[in-house]
Amino acid sequence: MIVLDGVGMTYRADSGTVEALRDIAFTVDRGELVTLVGPSGCGKSTLLRIIAGLRPASAGRTVVDGRPVTRPIAAVGMVFQAPVLLKWRRIVDNVLLPAELAGLNPDDYRARAGELLRLVGLGDFGDKLPRELSGGMQQRAALCRALLLDPPLLLMDEPFGALDAMTRDELNLELLRVWGEGSQRRKTVLFVTHSIAEAVFLADRVVVMTPRPGRVASVVPVRLPRPRTTATRASADFGALTLQIHDVLSRPA
Amino acid sequence: MKVRALQRHAPSLLLFAALLAIWQLVPPLLNVREYLVPGPTAVVRAALSSSIPWHTHLWVTTIEILGGFALAGAAGVALGVAIAWSPTIARALVPFLVFVNTLPKVAVAPLFLLWLGYGIVPNVLIAALIGFFPVVINTAVGLTQVDDELLDLGRAFGAPAWKVFAKIRLPNALPYVLSALKITATAAVVGAIVGEFVASQAGLGTVIVNAQTNLNTPVAFAALLWISIIGLALYGAVGLAARWWAPWADTT
Ligand SMILES: Nc1ncnc2c1ncn2[C@@H]1O[C@H](COP(=O)(O)OP(=O)(O)OP(=O)(O)O)[C@@H](O)[C@H]1O
Ligand SMILES: [Mg+2]
Repeated sequence: MIVLDGVGMTYRADSGTVEALRDIAFTVDRGELVTLVGPSGCGKSTLLRIIAGLRPASAGRTVVDGRPVTRPIAAVGMVFQAPVLLKWRRIVDNVLLPAELAGLNPDDYRARAGELLRLVGLGDFGDKLPRELSGGMQQRAALCRALLLDPPLLLMDEPFGALDAMTRDELNLELLRVWGEGSQRRKTVLFVTHSIAEAVFLADRVVVMTPRPGRVASVVPVRLPRPRTTATRASADFGALTLQIHDVLSRPA
Repeated sequence: MKVRALQRHAPSLLLFAALLAIWQLVPPLLNVREYLVPGPTAVVRAALSSSIPWHTHLWVTTIEILGGFALAGAAGVALGVAIAWSPTIARALVPFLVFVNTLPKVAVAPLFLLWLGYGIVPNVLIAALIGFFPVVINTAVGLTQVDDELLDLGRAFGAPAWKVFAKIRLPNALPYVLSALKITATAAVVGAIVGEFVASQAGLGTVIVNAQTNLNTPVAFAALLWISIIGLALYGAVGLAARWWAPWADTT
């Protein structure tokens, strides 16, 4: 579970300061899937890094699973906005990296790595080097890497941003399955996206942010029935929610 | 594939053949004596002649070059790692290394001989001294110029610093180190020959010095030919190693 309370972030550089986030406050409950939408540059990636403990916030309180975040948190699956693959490792060895870094025997995870790669349509690409894959394929490999150790918390920064609409819709359904839709043991997920439709389709709640400095403009509960299916997108409620979020985003700050 | 390789190398092969032909044909036309510019056939004859114990000289020079190369590589990587590991070590070492590197190493060679006597060892050291600096710099750069995102990745997965070093920084540095070793390969050849020039009883550099005293120019050219063969072989081997160990990097 994630609690953000008055979180602010100001980047300082020789060229001046940039206020990226101001007074962010919302929570993500255990087992909840929250999506985050907002215009480019409003601080979404920054916020994920703060929650992961990769950057200290300049203000406010960040608490994950009851502990204030002061250093990189454990047991998190992180998908960065860029794929960030190690270019000297084959795809499957990239996927196995978290096991190696955690001091586990990667051989114990080979089967799972192969299964995850098949799940995202990369079954035949495990032996390739990253540069032999397209941007969208690399992103999918990065997703497999984040899922390898089956972490209870997922922080995902536009993981499907570089994919075509069809593949994206498929992987949205896969993500819901991985998350544990309909089961008791669900992961906690914070998912950043530029796509309002994707945000609504996946979420229990959508956090909508303002342009820089990013603030929370609105938190929209999504009470569409689960499990979500392709038919969900065609429902009137889905359309209404999409419009509502669109309005919040285009409202002058 | 074969045809393509031929096409790619055709210009340089043609140029090489043309130069050989000019070298063979033009000096006699201009009445240049063989002891000034011997033709290619004379050089090859000298290079294969049994009047000079070529295998002994080749052996000595090759050992010096390989020894110098290996020492420069090992010392260079070790120093580079130390510099990348600790900013304090970097601040202490770098100015000193820069100073050593700006010394004209050729001028240091006589001192090495004075301290260590004749033989292979001083020449190995001179070869290493000439070639180690690029390895230090490239190792340090390769270890530190890592994408912030890659380091974040390591931290996000809870990796201890030594593991980030072993799994992210070291492989990141490998292409840098290998490209520095190409420079070191050439430098080690220069170092070994310089050492032999200053004073030595064996080696291809010694052959050149002796040939010069006897005006035996074909032998001097033959020694040069052997030196360039060793140099090319070492350079090619490093290039192959780079392609084998770092296939992800397009170093050429
Ligand atoms: N390392 C940094 N140093 C200085 N400024 C930064 C840094 N990272 C981000 N910023 C600034 O902070 C603001 C928010 O950046 P961030 O990457 O979090 O935005 P974002 O919402 O993820 O944008 P996008 O949707 O385009 O990915 C931007 O204005 C950016 O210029
Ligand atoms: Mg971003």
